[in-house]
Amino acid sequence: MTSIVKSIIASFQAFPIDPFLLAVLAILIPGVIIFLIMAVNALIAVYFERKVSAFMQDRLGPMEVGLFGFKGGKKFWGGIGQTFADAIKLLSKEDIIPQDADKFLMIMAPFIIFTGAFLTFVGLPMSDSLVISNFNIGIFYIIAMSSVGVIGIILAGWSSNNKWSLYGAMRAAAQMISYEIPIALSLILVVLVSGHLDIHGIVQWQADNRWFILHSPFASLGFVIYFISVVAETNRTPFDIPEAESELVAGWMTEYSGFRWALFFLSEYANMLIVAFVASIVFLGGWLSPFQLIDLPFIDIFPESWLVLDGTVFGIFWLFIKAVILIFCMMWFRWTFPRLRVDQLMYVCWKIFIPFALANVILVSIWELIF
Amino acid sequence: MYLNYSPIIIYTILAIIMVVVPLFIQSLISPKHNKGGSKLTSYECGEVPEGSAWVKFNVRFYVIALIFIIFDVEVVFMFPWAVVFQELGLLAFVEMLIFLLILLVGFAYVWVKGDLGWVKMKMKYAHGRYSKLSIKEEV
Repeated sequence: MTSIVKSIIASFQAFPIDPFLLAVLAILIPGVIIFLIMAVNALIAVYFERKVSAFMQDRLGPMEVGLFGFKGGKKFWGGIGQTFADAIKLLSKEDIIPQDADKFLMIMAPFIIFTGAFLTFVGLPMSDSLVISNFNIGIFYIIAMSSVGVIGIILAGWSSNNKWSLYGAMRAAAQMISYEIPIALSLILVVLVSGHLDIHGIVQWQADNRWFILHSPFASLGFVIYFISVVAETNRTPFDIPEAESELVAGWMTEYSGFRWALFFLSEYANMLIVAFVASIVFLGGWLSPFQLIDLPFIDIFPESWLVLDGTVFGIFWLFIKAVILIFCMMWFRWTFPRLRVDQLMYVCWKIFIPFALANVILVSIWELIF
Repeated sequence: MYLNYSPIIIYTILAIIMVVVPLFIQSLISPKHNKGGSKLTSYECGEVPEGSAWVKFNVRFYVIALIFIIFDVEVVFMFPWAVVFQELGLLAFVEMLIFLLILLVGFAYVWVKGDLGWVKMKMKYAHGRYSKLSIKEEV
């Protein structure tokens, strides 16, 4: 079991480079790649979301801005350059910090939110052995790092000295810390069953047995609780009361403009990608090909050659396909369910999800003791 | 070992650089001539801002945060238990059940007290035309 850092070091071993410098370089290069993945993810996801929203509402969405003269018009790829133009627009905007704001904290908030999202990717594999460092506490590290962002949100809301921001930040903090508990309780299930905290061990267990979502009925219930909770954790509709446009302008981001605001957006879409990745890795078999599932004794239509589709390169493909399907479901939720009230949101978390998730942990352990 | 955990430190520095560089580019190409006026006042839907936004906040948020800390610590304790659960078997299960029961007593107490309900409308606090309304105490 290797990581990217180790394989880069191994492949440059032949060249006469100082080992310390080599180690630092081998760590830095994947970091730059991860930043590029985050940026490209934000560009594509914003475009994808606008187009999905438009087509679900029978609109056209962005359709004017082309890329290199490639203009699709009314097709799904029409206006493909829209998000690039938006990014350049955000980069050239005037940087405004209100005079009443706490300037130091207001500047610091995007740093913390971005760092939290960025550091989560350290322990998040993109495919088999394509991970920056395979922690032995893998899943625990991801839970810990993805909750750093709350501090940034509270700082952003408080330092803006704006009522909308403060309300939005308080609601966002209450919502995000509450929904962290069902998330952690559902992720415990896979640790309980497989006995591994590191992500490679979890996926290896799924390769040896079956996808975790199919392991027992309670595991499927855990997936449902996890997925609904992460929709709330990433502040997306129907749980988007922290930034409900019709009552709170833009929530805790109200006073931010230009690239500082774009950083929030970048981190938000990065968080969407992270939770989709974690859901696919923990519950949906990670980088394993779905054809493994069909390999049942009584349906023998698929030959052994399907197993060729497993591996590092195809692993990237499968993991991204699963993540994109989950992200599409999140966008689908947005145009299906009406927004919840604050009290309903807290009710769902504390009185439904947490008791059910706790009962789920006990039921899964009973299931494991019996079978 | 150091190859496993050193990325965290290096990436913290890298993340700061990744934020500073676009902000520097922005400071180069964005307009600098601030025309002044009310551009720098806090946004309050076009009105002149009324007082500071740094006000006392509802205590409910702190109660939620306190309950969260208890549950979060509990989840942290459950992770090592979950790793060795398959080896220890029934003994580990019974021990965790006792641990959970103690915690659930606190959870039930908070629930019965009504601190998990967001809307708390006690009739003794209501006055004026609301005092005659009959609203269920806990939603």
